[in-house]
Amino acid sequence: MAVPVEKVKVLVLGDSGVGKSSLVHLISQGEAMGNSAWTIGCNVDVKLHDYREGTPHEKTFCVELWDVGGSINHSLSHSVFFNSAHGLILVHDLTNRKSQGNLRRWLGEVLNKDAGKKNNGEFDYDEEVFSENQLPVLVIGTKMDRIPDNNLEEVLSRSSSVAGQCRADFINLDCMQNKHLAAGTTNAVKLSRFFDKVIEKRYYTQDPRGRLGSQERRRPPSMTRTFSPTFLQEKLD
Amino acid sequence: MSFFVDSCIMFTTQAFFFGFGWLFFMRQLFKDYEIHHRVVQLTFAVTFALSCTMFELIIFEIVGFLNSSSRYFHWKLDLYAMLFSLIFLLPFYIAYFIVSNLRFVQSFQRRRLIVWLTVGVWLTFMYFFWKLGDPFPILSAKHGIFSIEQGISRVGVIGVTLMALLSGFGAVNCPYTYMEYFLRHVTDTDIQSHERRLLQNMEIILTKKKRIALAKRETRQAGPGTQRQGIWGMLKNVTTSLPAGENVRQLQQDVEALEELSRQLFLEVVDLHEQRERIAYSKTLKGKYFNIMGYFFSLYCMWKIFISTVNIVFDRVGKTDPITRGIEIVVVYLGFQFDVKFWSQHISFLLVGILIVTSIRGLLITMTKFFYAIASSKSSNIIVLLFAEIMGMYFISSVLLMRMNMPEEYRLIITEVLGDLQFNFYHRWFDVIFLVSALSSIGFLYLAHKQAPEKHMMQSMY
Repeated sequence: MAVPVEKVKVLVLGDSGVGKSSLVHLISQGEAMGNSAWTIGCNVDVKLHDYREGTPHEKTFCVELWDVGGSINHSLSHSVFFNSAHGLILVHDLTNRKSQGNLRRWLGEVLNKDAGKKNNGEFDYDEEVFSENQLPVLVIGTKMDRIPDNNLEEVLSRSSSVAGQCRADFINLDCMQNKHLAAGTTNAVKLSRFFDKVIEKRYYTQDPRGRLGSQERRRPPSMTRTFSPTFLQEKLD
Repeated sequence: MSFFVDSCIMFTTQAFFFGFGWLFFMRQLFKDYEIHHRVVQLTFAVTFALSCTMFELIIFEIVGFLNSSSRYFHWKLDLYAMLFSLIFLLPFYIAYFIVSNLRFVQSFQRRRLIVWLTVGVWLTFMYFFWKLGDPFPILSAKHGIFSIEQGISRVGVIGVTLMALLSGFGAVNCPYTYMEYFLRHVTDTDIQSHERRLLQNMEIILTKKKRIALAKRETRQAGPGTQRQGIWGMLKNVTTSLPAGENVRQLQQDVEALEELSRQLFLEVVDLHEQRERIAYSKTLKGKYFNIMGYFFSLYCMWKIFISTVNIVFDRVGKTDPITRGIEIVVVYLGFQFDVKFWSQHISFLLVGILIVTSIRGLLITMTKFFYAIASSKSSNIIVLLFAEIMGMYFISSVLLMRMNMPEEYRLIITEVLGDLQFNFYHRWFDVIFLVSALSSIGFLYLAHKQAPEKHMMQSMY
């Protein structure tokens, strides 16, 4: 409280019941949540993230996680939470294929928020809008423990397709187990890389315009690459 | 040979209804969920197809299509299939899915246990279902256990209750939603000020949570360091960490209260958004049309409440149906002469057709709305099966009640197949439940309407 800690805002979006609240609880408190009720409105939580951990430039930032309830009845009023977001975590349920398809709709809702009134919640999947997207995006698949083992490979390969279209990174985990986001696991590394990207975009880049410029900035800075030598996709730890 | 041809026609139409139910399930109900158990979709589509067949047979009866004996046969077949599905199949699957969703059963992971528990639950259901017949004067003692009458009578009681509840609520809610008179006035500035308050509340919550996180981090970082300092260190630890510890607890309590407040604020914002949508809608052509319809519906609603009260108080039993009565009035009092038989057939066909279509459509729409509101990924199967059960009971009882609306000669088939049911009892029961439901809906909506503008006005005073 002596040193003011700067903050960034990350939205956690997805269909109703995919596990956003459990995920946010796991990220911010470091332990799994016992009971869960439907989120009315928005649950917020914070995580203190060390930007560029281990380097002399290390600085603590406060990442605000805004977990917006996904029920259809409240869909008119979601947009009140979307303004000035700096990053996006899209959550889908690995046991439910349709929740993944709906992620496009969520992404469109956030991106089109400023583009005028929507007609009944139908968004056109506009490739151009998505490719011009400046917000860093992370896709997380939950309830991995509920998939029967013979389906595991097929389901996990499916989950990478949405992430590929948004050009985002992805994680598959089970929100009820602490070990999936324990320090040092691949998932934790990906998550902290995502937070680094968000912070960097917010505080360390001056010129957001120009597609080439934004493409360049999307790649993680070379500093963090030394902390994740196993840079390639590993789905399970 | 004609029986064979008739059966082919029946089965073709049934396949068509089945396809419609299948598609409806896939496109509308399970729009957001992956279908893991095909059997659920199958059962739903089968129940829908059987219900539609019942209505179809009534229409055929009126129009005189198909052979009379084949109609009778198909009626019996359809009723037996409906009863089997409503009493055996659906409850069994519902019990199965409920049992397999229970936490303590999931830890066992044994199929056998689940099946036995399901059978147990189903037997309990059968017991209560049987006992349902006791307090009602619906049967005479001469029928056997497995006859259609036993099953239909009990299903009819449940179905008529549901119908009356939905009817009563719908009759009151319909004018309330359609009519402009009830719209509360909402401006853009109202919405903006509410949203601003909501976001301010969020900011406060975030600030407090940040303080909690920082405090926790400090105690974590300070913790391992002081362990080596012995007693003096421990004393120092106690005195310095005590205010921080209390601080965290106090902050957490504050945060909980603020989160509750933010939920309330959000619900108000949702309400305001909906009101604004309604106001915008009422300015369109469709909205104006519905506004006028709302006035008609309110008149209809008041007449229905009045007539139900009269029926109950005076113990009136309607003898003639509205169609024959209407024709009587026209012929006798107004002096028009026309072919009674021809017109009564066509008018009853029209009336019954409209009733059937509106009740099917109304039920499907209501079901979809409820499903979106209630279902989650765990409970979607159970809820859809419950809806299939409700749908089956609803349609059977609407057949029972529809008998009242048809001229004498067309009631034959229903009376023949369903035997000796006390139809008058069902009408009386419907009136009672309708009255109760309509009056309590009026009370409920009145309270809800009263509360909102006051809250609204209080906010605008800030």
